Amino acid sequence: MTNLIWLIPILPLLGFLINGIGNKNVPRSVSGWIASLSVLGSFIISIGAFGTLMADPNVVIKADYFEWLSAGSFTLDFGFLVDRLSIVMLLVITGVGFLIHVYSIGYMHEEEDYARYFAYLNLFVFFMLLLVLGSSYVLMFVGWEGVGLCSYLLIGFWFKNNAYNDAAKKAFIMNRIGDLGFLLGMFLIFQTFGSLEYDTVFAGARQMTFDQPVLTAITLLLFVGAMGKSAQIPLYTWLPDAMAGPTPVSALIHAATMVTAGIYMVVRSNVLYVMAPFSSEIVAFVGLLTALMAGLIGLKQNDIKKVLAYSTVSQLGFMFVALGVGDYTTALFHVVTHAFFKALLFLCAGSVIHAMGGEQDIRKMGGLKKALPVTHLTFLIGTLAIAGAPPFAGFFSKDEILAGAWTHSYLIFGILAISAILTAVYMFRLYYLTFHGEFRGSKHQQEHLHESPISMTIPLMVLAVLSTVGGFLGMPEIFHMPHFLNNFLEPVTGWADLYAHGHASHTFEYTLIGSSMVLLIVIIYLVYNKYVKDAHVPKADHLVTGFQNVLANKFYVDEFYNTFITKPLNVLSSFSYNWIEKGFIDRIVNSFGYLTNGASGVLRLVQSGHIGLYIIAMVIAVILMFVFKMII
Amino acid sequence: MLSLLMILLPLVGMLLIRMVSDKKSAARVALLLSFLPLAATIWHATMFDPNGGMQFVFDKWWVESMGISFKVGMDGLSLLMVLLTNVLVPIIIFSTFDRDIVDFKNFYSLIFLMQFALVGVFTSLDGFLFYIFWELALLPIWFICLLWGGADRIRITLKFFIYTLSGSLFMLVALIYLYLQTPLPHTFSLDSFYDLALTPSQQGWIFWGFFLAFAIKIPIFPLHTWQPDTYTNAPTQGTMLLSGIMLKMGLYGIIRWMVPVIPAGIAEWAWLAMGLSVVGIVYASAMAIAQKDFKRLIAYSSIAHVGLIAAGIFSMNMMGMQGAVFQMLSHGVNAVGLFFIADILIDRYGNREMKDMGGIAHVSSPFAITFTIILLGSVALPLTNGFVGEFMLLNGVFQYSGWLALFAGLTVIFGAVYMLRAYQRIMLGEAGEASKSFRALTSNEKILLYIIVALVIVNGVYPKPLLDIAGPSLSAILAKAGVVSM
Amino acid sequence: MGSSILELVHINNYVMLAAILFAIGVMGVMFRRNTIIIFMCIELMLNAVNLLLVAFSTMHSDPGGQVMVFFIMAVAAAEVAVGLAILVMIYRNVKSVDIDILNKLKW
Repeated sequence: MTNLIWLIPILPLLGFLINGIGNKNVPRSVSGWIASLSVLGSFIISIGAFGTLMADPNVVIKADYFEWLSAGSFTLDFGFLVDRLSIVMLLVITGVGFLIHVYSIGYMHEEEDYARYFAYLNLFVFFMLLLVLGSSYVLMFVGWEGVGLCSYLLIGFWFKNNAYNDAAKKAFIMNRIGDLGFLLGMFLIFQTFGSLEYDTVFAGARQMTFDQPVLTAITLLLFVGAMGKSAQIPLYTWLPDAMAGPTPVSALIHAATMVTAGIYMVVRSNVLYVMAPFSSEIVAFVGLLTALMAGLIGLKQNDIKKVLAYSTVSQLGFMFVALGVGDYTTALFHVVTHAFFKALLFLCAGSVIHAMGGEQDIRKMGGLKKALPVTHLTFLIGTLAIAGAPPFAGFFSKDEILAGAWTHSYLIFGILAISAILTAVYMFRLYYLTFHGEFRGSKHQQEHLHESPISMTIPLMVLAVLSTVGGFLGMPEIFHMPHFLNNFLEPVTGWADLYAHGHASHTFEYTLIGSSMVLLIVIIYLVYNKYVKDAHVPKADHLVTGFQNVLANKFYVDEFYNTFITKPLNVLSSFSYNWIEKGFIDRIVNSFGYLTNGASGVLRLVQSGHIGLYIIAMVIAVILMFVFKMII
Repeated sequence: MLSLLMILLPLVGMLLIRMVSDKKSAARVALLLSFLPLAATIWHATMFDPNGGMQFVFDKWWVESMGISFKVGMDGLSLLMVLLTNVLVPIIIFSTFDRDIVDFKNFYSLIFLMQFALVGVFTSLDGFLFYIFWELALLPIWFICLLWGGADRIRITLKFFIYTLSGSLFMLVALIYLYLQTPLPHTFSLDSFYDLALTPSQQGWIFWGFFLAFAIKIPIFPLHTWQPDTYTNAPTQGTMLLSGIMLKMGLYGIIRWMVPVIPAGIAEWAWLAMGLSVVGIVYASAMAIAQKDFKRLIAYSSIAHVGLIAAGIFSMNMMGMQGAVFQMLSHGVNAVGLFFIADILIDRYGNREMKDMGGIAHVSSPFAITFTIILLGSVALPLTNGFVGEFMLLNGVFQYSGWLALFAGLTVIFGAVYMLRAYQRIMLGEAGEASKSFRALTSNEKILLYIIVALVIVNGVYPKPLLDIAGPSLSAILAKAGVVSM
Repeated sequence: MGSSILELVHINNYVMLAAILFAIGVMGVMFRRNTIIIFMCIELMLNAVNLLLVAFSTMHSDPGGQVMVFFIMAVAAAEVAVGLAILVMIYRNVKSVDIDILNKLKW
């Protein structure tokens, strides 16, 4: 299997080339399957590699293909590294990716640009795999920017709509702001360690003393990159807008895989982060703030995809808190479970939107559980999983994050717990408003309500199963079962674990599990009362007032950015163009010309054209020359 | 002897093309003739030994009494620049295939003359010869802009001509000063310049002589104002020659004539040169954001890109140098591609205002795809040629100063802003009336775009051959400057 | 043999004559308005120089000076031919050869 590693990214690339170059010449029935099967191929190879790695904890598959960059003695190989960390990501990306590809075949069947869609999707998988597989920061960056591009292309997939194009552009540019941080972080790594290969860098870092300023700088700069890619404050506003893309895209890119790249990066660099306590505090702080803020905003959103988008932002915040407190494995655990249930939720949302003929406003839905039984059931599972109900996947990972936060700081734990409660509230609000109560849409929509085709429901069911059992990858200590993921990732994070704080006590674990279950039941009861029993429907946008209005308007962050960054930039640009460029710099340049012209305008008067004067001037000049000669 | 042949081949083209009287066949013959220097260059490249120092040297006295020799030769750096020139000229000629060129004989002749001068600049190893070629390059491009240019061409070309010419005069002064410092009998040969023991203050003055000439040609902020006007008004082929190749003369000049000869002068003034370059990056990006005219937008983006290249060179480390050389090649290809796209748009719409366009992606997907890829090369997305150069350049600047790199790195963000904005205005959205009748790309246009796309991707995925050619030469140059490359 | 002539008339006289002739020429050129007269004055200056050349050539027994004189005469003849032709053209156009009118030669 080792020598087939290169096929993992190449297969989706081939799929991209076939669909991309063939474009509309590829038969519609074929192109979706080419794309899906290429990802399936990668998945199978990844499983093979997983087997190899499983056998022996010391095995790392490393392959260098060719020398990519070189300057002087610096060389950088285009090489892949499959260790226990990347294999987890590989399996998630290709596995969930395959399901979403299959789902797309049904979801996009009416789309005109069918092949183009699958080409982009394959290209995305290619770059995402590159990101995970690369054996150096530069290759990670290649994938990092590549997925940003695909995200841009897919958000703006329906490019007739300029609002979508704006959202796509916003996503790309915000990501680029983060990427600049990532780039600078890489340069600093290069300056410090003389290399960008993981092996060399981490080996070098292990030699350094604890808490060095340069490590803090490196990790903070890298984290700026993660802020952009993983939608953390202050660079998160692109993600909700990114919902303009087709729903499977939101599931794959903006929930399951791409946005978790930041977490992958930090876990990969755990050796650096664990040595930089200040950066870790920042990571935890930003994650915490994001988790809370996005959770609050999520409470008052009425677009089914927007709610999910903010929940994604919030969950990413959870993961960063875990990273910040040093629980790298836990963060990755949550990445995996989140990939399952959030992909599931998005795909369910897609199924709902599909049934509703493109409607996304939950105020116009309701009572869909009869018409969409499969979707309803799977969505419920996803909701339970994200809300953290046992024994669904989210329960275990979230529990672990909270436990880790508890040992680190009570304040972090407190705020995080509030965010977790918020998650349950807005998710059940979404669930009840969508699937329970009376149907509130139009007559026409009601007649056309239908369950989605089988190619869409099968991925839902598979993901539902995964969301149910995914949590068993990491059982808490108190259940006396092996924590599979912890043990599996030990070779990657083992060194960082040396710096880890103590574990939460068993008593605390029991209390946490018990109280969270009680709280969850209370929340479900309250939400049920409000939205089903009292049939409360969120008010129309213009009727919302007070703090609710602030939440509905997402704390006016977009407006803030618009007023204080985008507009000033535009104004400054045109101001500089009109006044500095044309009015100042170019005027100075031109003034040389005008000066020459002006001076000659005066001087040419001397040349009057009177031949007599010329001659006299000539004679006088000759005489002066003689005089001058005599004096000298 | 061989290299002399290669340099003279464009002149053969210049003469032969005058015998063709039919317009259609003239373009084809010109293309064929432009393959001759390309073939010669490739032939040289196959014989080239990256570690062999200066090769294919041809050295004959020209004016012996004044120490002027006709000395040409190529190391890796020169070879790459000559390769760039001789690859781009056929592309530029090819871009005229479906266009109506008035007075085509003179047009092609001037392009060949330009090629001759450019190759001369990139190969000459004698200060005087370098200056002659440097100025010779100005003449054909001036005629091209003047005779085939847009509405305001007379005023603009005059400004262009005088501006760049006056810059060059400072260089001439610097060259003559160096000449007078050489031991008797004086000589202009580059090798003798290497051996000069100049005091830092002398070097400081010479720095300014060279820097003014090169900075105007590159152009570096704030000496750039001739450039957007000229690019916008020149015929597309002229713009391609200017941005694709000619502004590389200045960058090449810095590496060849400044870095090894006056390292102390650079060390003294690098902060200023880099500061200006970096300010230029941010400033030109801001200008590009404000543009409504696509061609002008590319012109400003070009200033931002070359600003970064200049900053990379002045950072005086191997990373920056390698990045600079690679980015010169990439920028040449990308700029030619973008200006060709602008040419297609002008051909279809009759003007350059982006607001009149929109929705073309619906009508012509080959155009959309190629445009996207070239654009990605320009915004330096990984696996395109732009990334390789930009990564190494920024890294080089970072090794010099982290803060400068932060500001220079803003190009990463701003580049995306103005390019995506332009792309959205031109290609996306609903197709208006004008866009619905967008004439499909001709097969020649497609081929040209595909060639450029191929160059963008191949160089981005596998840049090693080009980097390997340049590497040893650049270490040698840096070694002469006293910098031991890492 | 040459010196015998200079014994009859001393070299100073030649110099003096040439200077006077030259001064007359200069004055004529400077103060006369008629182009033809100016022309003649220029010739006068040339001949003053010629005279000097011949005299000094004799004094130094160097034929080079006399060769130069022939050269100057030839050039002067050519110049007169061109100059007069120009004058004729000017006269045909403006019906005058007064230099005060001919002030278009500027800027």
